[in-house]
Amino acid sequence: MSAEVKKAPLIRLAKKDAMDPKKAWAIRVGSILFALILGCIPILITGNNPITAYIVILQGSLGKTFYFKQTIKLAIPLLGTALAIAPCFKMRFWNIGAEGQITAGAIGASFFAIYFAKSMPHVLLLIVMMAAAALIGGIWAMIPGYFKAKYNTNETLFTLMMNYIAIGIVAWLQGGPWEGRKGTQQIPLFDKNAYLPTVFGIHIGWIIVLVLVILVHIYMNYTKQGYEVAVIGDSVNTARYAGMNVGWIMVRTMLVSGAICGIVGFILVSGQNKTITSNVADGVGFTAITVAWLGHLNAFAMIAISLILAILEMGSSYLQQVLGVPSAISEIVSGILLFCMLGCEFFINYQMIFRSKKEVKA
Amino acid sequence: MNTLVTLIAAAGTFGTVLMFGTLGEILTEKSGNLNLGVEGIVFMGGAFGLAGAYSYEALVGVGSSNGLIAIIVAAISAFLAGAVASALFSFLTITLRANQNVTGLALTILGTGVAKFTGEYMRHKVGGFVTLSNPLKEAFTFVPMPNFLQNIPIIGKILFSQSIFFYIAIILAVAMHLFFQKTKTGLYLRSVGESPVTADAAGINMVKYRYLATIIGGGISAIGGMVYVMTTGGCTWNEHSLAGIGWLAVALVIFCMWKPLNVLWGAILFGALKIMYMRVVLPFFPTELYKILPYVVTVIVLIITSMRNSRDKQPPASLGLNYFREDR
Amino acid sequence: MQNSSAIELKGITKRFGKVVANDSINLEIRRGEILSLLGENGSGKTTLMNMLSGIYQPDEGQIYADGKQISITSPKDAFSYGIGMIHQHYHLVDVFTAAQNIILGLSEEKLDIKNTNEKVKEICSKYGFDINPTMKVYDMSVSQKQTVEIVKVLYRGADILILDEPTAVLTPQETEKLFDVLRNMKKDGKAIVIITHKLAEVMAISDKVAVLRKGKYIGTVNTAETNPQKLTDMMVGHSVTLNIDRPKYDNVKERIVINGLTCLDQEGITKLNNVSFTAYGGEILGVAGIAGSGQKELLECMTGLYPIKSGSIKYIPPEEDKEIELVGLTPKKIRSLGVGMAFVPEDRLGMGLVGSMGMTNNMMLRSWKSGKTPFVNKKAPEALAKKIWDDLEVVTPSTSFPVRRMSGGNIQKVLVGREIAAMPNVLLTAYAVRGLDINTSYTIYNLLTEQKMKGVAVVYIGEELDVLLELCDRILVLCGGEVSGIVDARNTTKEEIGLMMTSIGSKEAK
Repeated sequence: MSAEVKKAPLIRLAKKDAMDPKKAWAIRVGSILFALILGCIPILITGNNPITAYIVILQGSLGKTFYFKQTIKLAIPLLGTALAIAPCFKMRFWNIGAEGQITAGAIGASFFAIYFAKSMPHVLLLIVMMAAAALIGGIWAMIPGYFKAKYNTNETLFTLMMNYIAIGIVAWLQGGPWEGRKGTQQIPLFDKNAYLPTVFGIHIGWIIVLVLVILVHIYMNYTKQGYEVAVIGDSVNTARYAGMNVGWIMVRTMLVSGAICGIVGFILVSGQNKTITSNVADGVGFTAITVAWLGHLNAFAMIAISLILAILEMGSSYLQQVLGVPSAISEIVSGILLFCMLGCEFFINYQMIFRSKKEVKA
Repeated sequence: MNTLVTLIAAAGTFGTVLMFGTLGEILTEKSGNLNLGVEGIVFMGGAFGLAGAYSYEALVGVGSSNGLIAIIVAAISAFLAGAVASALFSFLTITLRANQNVTGLALTILGTGVAKFTGEYMRHKVGGFVTLSNPLKEAFTFVPMPNFLQNIPIIGKILFSQSIFFYIAIILAVAMHLFFQKTKTGLYLRSVGESPVTADAAGINMVKYRYLATIIGGGISAIGGMVYVMTTGGCTWNEHSLAGIGWLAVALVIFCMWKPLNVLWGAILFGALKIMYMRVVLPFFPTELYKILPYVVTVIVLIITSMRNSRDKQPPASLGLNYFREDR
Repeated sequence: MQNSSAIELKGITKRFGKVVANDSINLEIRRGEILSLLGENGSGKTTLMNMLSGIYQPDEGQIYADGKQISITSPKDAFSYGIGMIHQHYHLVDVFTAAQNIILGLSEEKLDIKNTNEKVKEICSKYGFDINPTMKVYDMSVSQKQTVEIVKVLYRGADILILDEPTAVLTPQETEKLFDVLRNMKKDGKAIVIITHKLAEVMAISDKVAVLRKGKYIGTVNTAETNPQKLTDMMVGHSVTLNIDRPKYDNVKERIVINGLTCLDQEGITKLNNVSFTAYGGEILGVAGIAGSGQKELLECMTGLYPIKSGSIKYIPPEEDKEIELVGLTPKKIRSLGVGMAFVPEDRLGMGLVGSMGMTNNMMLRSWKSGKTPFVNKKAPEALAKKIWDDLEVVTPSTSFPVRRMSGGNIQKVLVGREIAAMPNVLLTAYAVRGLDINTSYTIYNLLTEQKMKGVAVVYIGEELDVLLELCDRILVLCGGEVSGIVDARNTTKEEIGLMMTSIGSKEAK
């Protein structure tokens, strides 16, 4: 048995009570700046000046109306999906199946775009497409919700699997029932009747998503259902005590979340791509999770974060054209950004107590 | 019969990739860390494995390169890439206590980005396709078994005609099984994943265990990406063909109920389902739907185990949860 | 080594945020002695011992082992000084066997389960334990799990054992067995600390008693030279003549009639067995029993939160127009039928309140459904929150300040205030004054009595017999999920209830 005298540890952690919100946001902004500095490293590797590169990124994303529009188009599905995920995460239901729910919604919308484009008036068709997308997306999300509620099946893993099933179904449709010319493995472009109209040169997905921002904000903060979600997220036992039907609320919240994802799927096929492919969601469902989380599930904060990521993505493709830097740089900088923002929360929630400080006290 | 043998043998090739990916993630998850960054890790393993082997050949010159050394260099490069990525994940989740799901997804974004960047950058530097010389390519697919074994009917083709990675993966699975079941360190690691409070109270350095398991697990997963690029991928960089392998590995971890020995047949089965659409045509079943079968089967396994609620067949109890000692 | 000093604490202070859990505490633990660490709930006993077991580190003060200053930064450090703690919540891995749990964290030896099994059997026979080393923990009873915990620390050669409320979950027979084992260990020269608030046990087992009160060290006395009365004085600061006002309500009426209530937990273990009683409007019915005798399940059955196997719970409204059978109804349904039932659960933040929300949002837990729109009405709850803030003198900066960060007493005021504001006909409370200071406790007693005088049927689950005897009209005693008797609180004694708590008195003794 050793009995040597040991010193107190150098650093000890303790939870902070609460930080001044202004200071907390300052730390968050600081972490973004820090990430941009780290992002210089890969740019330097390619032999370019990081400052030039960042200017190019800004030019390529916001510099011209066309670029700006493209940036907004990238931000729309990110924001919409982050909004969808927010209620689930508030409930501590780790829905990482947005990718699949978007895809499922896209299938629903595409069904009407393909079979009813000619037989329905424009507005009605769009409404039906959106409703179908919301319904199918919602049902797709409800399935794991049901099993979580009933058997406590791990929702993270279940929703993840559902992504690939949905994507696989589109792959099958692409090569089978909905295939255009035989052998192309492509679904042809929709009829123009099924296109979302544009306002200010961008399809009205942006309006839909901004309306969703307000609706989700109201839903989460001012409605009975939003209240139920918040209570369950804090304590399932309290919810049961208050007479809430926890299982049903889980299923219902997943339905809402999936429905919003479905609408995003509709926007993607009807506004953005004008057709459906198996990679219609293209990772948006995953990136949006980080957007929602880093926005602290606040609908307005998510606007900013989805815009930052869209600027990076759009600007990087311009960067590739201009300076020959691989466009994957956007994923690298986004990744670094996400890591820094995730990490900085630690400094907001915990405080480090150094040994020297303690010795002074004693 | 012949078709079936060919199918299983071919499934072994893709199964080998999955075995590495899955075994690495099992090691990680046994420590209680749910690393959803496997997709990014596999990408990085593929890119850096190729980069390593390519740099080695460029360094010594095409004629004087040695196949075995190339394999070792590729494996080490991939392992290191995966280990570094997982170290980042560990730092964020274990030390900075960030949400594991979100951090894992961020790692997937970063990892695929770094891998694509590396691939593009190499192509840019070389000014064209990056690939190895033919003798080196053959080293990666070389069958290290004597002819008489290869010639045994059926078994020879299935078991003894695989690349060296297949046999390494099998050894790894068995070793990992013995590690979990028969060694003290393995027992401690499982306790960290089951109940960090207990492990901590028992004086086990759970931080160290989680870090090491996650980092080594990430390294092993990354080798899967390298194996894919160097065997099936023909030693060239193609970012599209790698997509989805990491997620399939995450599914396979569940399907195998976190047991390394199950990976031996689970990976072959998943491999078979993945390639079946090219080889077996059933009149009533669209071939494209074969690809989703692994996921459907995994979902069913997930549901059944949660319904039966058997105590021995569950995910590690604290999977996905961070631990702060003074939190309790 | 016999009776030498093993551990000494000097001036130990530990703070959690603004709360001082331990305030400059001195303590000596000697070998060959059993020391009781006595104090009420929340007096800082467990916190203090957690600093010896490496869970927490002191903010100020020193720890000495065998005269040398040491610092215990992790449980591993604690082991290296021979300190082993048996926590109230067992630290066991469910899917491991007893032996696998026991060797967890041992750095010296290689894994050799057979050898471990042998050694475990050896320890068991030496001190008189009875466990099977190859049994999985999830198949064990609570007392078996505790045994594994004790063997675990002995196995690694601990000679300073700290037990945190070891008897709280044990039957009297199991407690006796445990005490025998502890005496054997004492003879073996081990230093033993028992954290407890049960005086009878202190007197029965310990050599010395150290008393803490509200985080402060009061003193250490030899058990032989003291008595329960003196100890109580040290523990609470003054003698317990509670003087709780107990008026009588004249017009008592049947309100809840329970017959043959039986329920099982998830593992199929009987939690309540054939429980029958009546609760009257206008009386406080106390429920006594050692922890885990079915108190929690009883209240949760009545509120529709616990699955019932058989039996009936009839609710008779004050208007007495019809009886309502509550068995088989969900909490939501019970509420919608207009059954005026209020419930102050044991787990305040985990069940009664939402810790991350402020007072206003917590008021909404009862009223969030009100109104026909899909939107929540925040005005009424805001007004209610302000009223409770004023009436009960809740200390909080605002009605939106998260209740989690309030002090225990204020949290309970918010919870009780809300439940009473619902104008219930039945008020169920579980450990309503646990961890509260004397003043707040009296506030709660007064509130309950006020409710009784309004004709409400109050059920009070308590742990302090003195309070039960002075506050309640009748006392129901639970033992192992069965009713061992119902007595008139005005004509009974602590001894009578104590006896009933530990044996099925009415059925077997009589």
